Amino acid sequence: MKKISVTVNGTTHQSEIEPRLLLVHYLRDVLGLTGTHVGCETSLCGACTVMVDGQAVKSCTVLAAQADGSTVTTIEGLAAGGTLHPVQQAFWEHHGLQCGYCTPGMIMATAQILQRNPDPSEEEIRHGIEGNLCRCTGYQHIVQAVQCAAKKMKSQPAPANR
Amino acid sequence: MAEKVVGKGIKRTEDPRLIQGLAHYVDDIKLPDTLHAVFVRSIYAHARIKKVDVAAAQKTPGVVAVYTGKDISQKIGPVPCGAAIPDMKQPDHRVMATDKVYWVGHPIAVVFAENKYVARDAADKIEVDYEELPVVLDEEKAADPKSPVIHEKIGSNIAYKLTAGEGDIEAALKAADKIVRQKIYHKRLAPIAMEGRGVLARYYPGEQELTLWTSTQIPHLARTQISLMLGFPENKLRLIAPEVGGGFGSKLNVYAEEAIMAYASMQLGRPVKWIEGRRENMQGTIHGRGQVGYIEIGCKKDGTITGFRYNVFADMGSYFQLLTPAIPTLTGLMLSGCYKIPAIQMNVTACFTNKMSTDAYRGAGRPEATYVIERAMDLVAAELGMDVVEVRRKNFPEPFGAENPFKVATGLFYDSGNYQGALDKALKMADYTNLRVEQKKARAAGRLIGVGVSTYVEICAMGPSPALPAGGWESATVRIEPTCKVTILTGASPHGQGQETSFSQIAADELGVTVNDCTVIHGDTAVVQYGIGTFGSRATAVGGTAVYLALQKLKAKATGMAAHMLGVDAKTVTFDDGKFTSGGKSVTIQEVALNAHLAKNLPADMEPGLSATTFFEPKNFTFPFGTHICVVEIDPETGEIQIQRYIAVDDCGKVINPLLVHGQIHGGIVQSLGQALFEEVVYDEQGQLISGSLMDYAVPKAAQVPWMELDRTETPSPVNPMGVKGVGEAGSIGATPAIVAAVVDALAHLGVRHLDMPIKPEHVWNILKKNKAGAA
Repeated sequence: MKKISVTVNGTTHQSEIEPRLLLVHYLRDVLGLTGTHVGCETSLCGACTVMVDGQAVKSCTVLAAQADGSTVTTIEGLAAGGTLHPVQQAFWEHHGLQCGYCTPGMIMATAQILQRNPDPSEEEIRHGIEGNLCRCTGYQHIVQAVQCAAKKMKSQPAPANR
Repeated sequence: MAEKVVGKGIKRTEDPRLIQGLAHYVDDIKLPDTLHAVFVRSIYAHARIKKVDVAAAQKTPGVVAVYTGKDISQKIGPVPCGAAIPDMKQPDHRVMATDKVYWVGHPIAVVFAENKYVARDAADKIEVDYEELPVVLDEEKAADPKSPVIHEKIGSNIAYKLTAGEGDIEAALKAADKIVRQKIYHKRLAPIAMEGRGVLARYYPGEQELTLWTSTQIPHLARTQISLMLGFPENKLRLIAPEVGGGFGSKLNVYAEEAIMAYASMQLGRPVKWIEGRRENMQGTIHGRGQVGYIEIGCKKDGTITGFRYNVFADMGSYFQLLTPAIPTLTGLMLSGCYKIPAIQMNVTACFTNKMSTDAYRGAGRPEATYVIERAMDLVAAELGMDVVEVRRKNFPEPFGAENPFKVATGLFYDSGNYQGALDKALKMADYTNLRVEQKKARAAGRLIGVGVSTYVEICAMGPSPALPAGGWESATVRIEPTCKVTILTGASPHGQGQETSFSQIAADELGVTVNDCTVIHGDTAVVQYGIGTFGSRATAVGGTAVYLALQKLKAKATGMAAHMLGVDAKTVTFDDGKFTSGGKSVTIQEVALNAHLAKNLPADMEPGLSATTFFEPKNFTFPFGTHICVVEIDPETGEIQIQRYIAVDDCGKVINPLLVHGQIHGGIVQSLGQALFEEVVYDEQGQLISGSLMDYAVPKAAQVPWMELDRTETPSPVNPMGVKGVGEAGSIGATPAIVAAVVDALAHLGVRHLDMPIKPEHVWNILKKNKAGAA
């Protein structure tokens, strides 16, 4: 067993884990944060995307042990003080989701894209979310949601990433 | 005055939980003491099982039980098939393999352990001795009497043969000036719901209550079937479809794993959970399509179609799942497309192969029909040198509706349609005439531009009960609670479609309350009256209609109560905007709701309460339609296909929420795009699934998808009072032929008349290379 300390959505957790435990299973099964989903176990679909130290990563292919000492933000930690993050608002307004299974990962990836490029073109958005598969929406409403989120974030600063 | 919301693209009420990661899919439901299941599945497509050694697995610390096929396959009833075709041969489909395996992924054993890591470790220790057998993979060769036989008891690989259609096909083809023929493939596709399947089972021996959480589109039908498989009373089995992460038909089924988990939870006295992995999902969840067929279409010189024949081999896979044998019959029903064709014949030979079962995948047999008739119309146009639009127009019926339904030679009466209207609108959006001019110019300059047109019709709102294996009706209960909050219970349990919102919109307008006053409950058989489910583009047209009719019943009762409260004749009472009025006096629906429950001032003959249940039985299917136009440019050096424009004009009748309709159409078109250009389930010559991960199976990504230009026409359906038709499958039916036609059109000047899906750049590049070599 290995001892780790991980700060998730602002709370620091000390845990003893099997060294082979995946980060996504740590978040879901140990911490009970089930908003992060597993869609392929091979880092191809992006449903498990979370932020580790400010970087979007696919938590199905990261060991929990690798996150020792890190700060993790999951979908549950994105809305600050009960106010939806602009990306969440935009996905809602533009019907950027249907079954919702890819959505947490898609939203986390979008937050990262807009952090790096506050004013992406349609093409940049499409390339930016290429690592996240959605089988329901055909992506068009997602693209519109990302464009809308970019506008929102310019006019209302996003809550600081914890 | 409350704003009316039907017809408005309001935000979904289900979204807040989904965008915050607070929803509960099966794997998000945690019960104490749960055991985790991992399956051992066949690594061969066809083999005899000589031995299954589970000793090492059983000894693994943390393992509680290991079952093999021999242990349980006779204790649980067969995996059900609800479809029946005359003279159909049905193999005995047990929940796990016993002496033979029939496809890569066939379950052989299952381990239950304290956690999934231990279960996985133990499963890896199970040793299976196989004796390989010759495999049968090609649905056409499977029918050959010389082929190895998969199911010895059946004696051949032919599941059934069926001839369908009306009119004298021989005479019709004889009367033609030309007959065009083409072989056409519909490759197998994987549905790939982003959430795979998953089951959690819990048994309370005291209450004798078995609860099954499973990711399904059909909670009630699954409950009935699983209770039969287990010999367990249906009314003690509670089946809950929690949040369901997509289905596309793959969860319109009853699977072995559901019954095995239920059985194990009773045997082991602990909750058990199985969550499907993606590889398992691709091996062991149904596939779609899987047909190879030969078309023959007869036409007059002016483009008039005289007759259409489709001889098809349908790939069943090794066993039947819930609807496997029925899928090709849907193809037969829709072969007339939106055209007047006097004689139609389909001859199906349905064959077993050493592959996973095929079954309903978005469109379920109808995309195949639309694809073959649309390809056929293009081939006729090419043969006659006509424009693809003109040959379609030539064979359209005049606009029709309740007074003059369109009878086609497959036996159906289409409910209403205006095919010219949708076509004209799409042509205008595309600026079609100019597109053709530009195409010519571009071609002269060495650029390869193609334009594809598809005019489709689909069959939706499944459907009248006599035409479906289970009932085709849908149920709704609407309750007005004492505080005037509205509870809607629907049998049409959704999995992403947004019925919580659209059904609330219907109720809000009918009752003069807000959408936020309404809640829609679904998926729990202990709470919701028996229902059928969400598939076949039926939820709004059948389930929504049931909601609408229950609301009418409620309003009638509430009006009677209001009249009593006002001391007037009910005939004089009008209801508008949540208020019952007569002769200047009024009561609100809130007052009526409270009165109904306090029951102190009711008419003598009226029961207390304010609740109504409806079971709506549609008298016909509905037939949405539309025109899709695709413009592609091909890179002459690489064969890469770029979609320049995509235009879709769809007519799904009256629309409750246009935002949701657009979402459905977008998603459907992109699944079509995947089929046309990328997706293909590939088994190698040994029957190994070599497209078994998302690395190898090409689900479209955002950057591969064009911007879609959408519009609608609105031809109400006469089949239901709201005039809605259904839209869930339109995109996946209408788009594939348009995309393929565009690529073919870009290469038409090289003599290309048809290309099989998925059309990959290498195919196109080979054609271009050959042509260059020929020219040199």
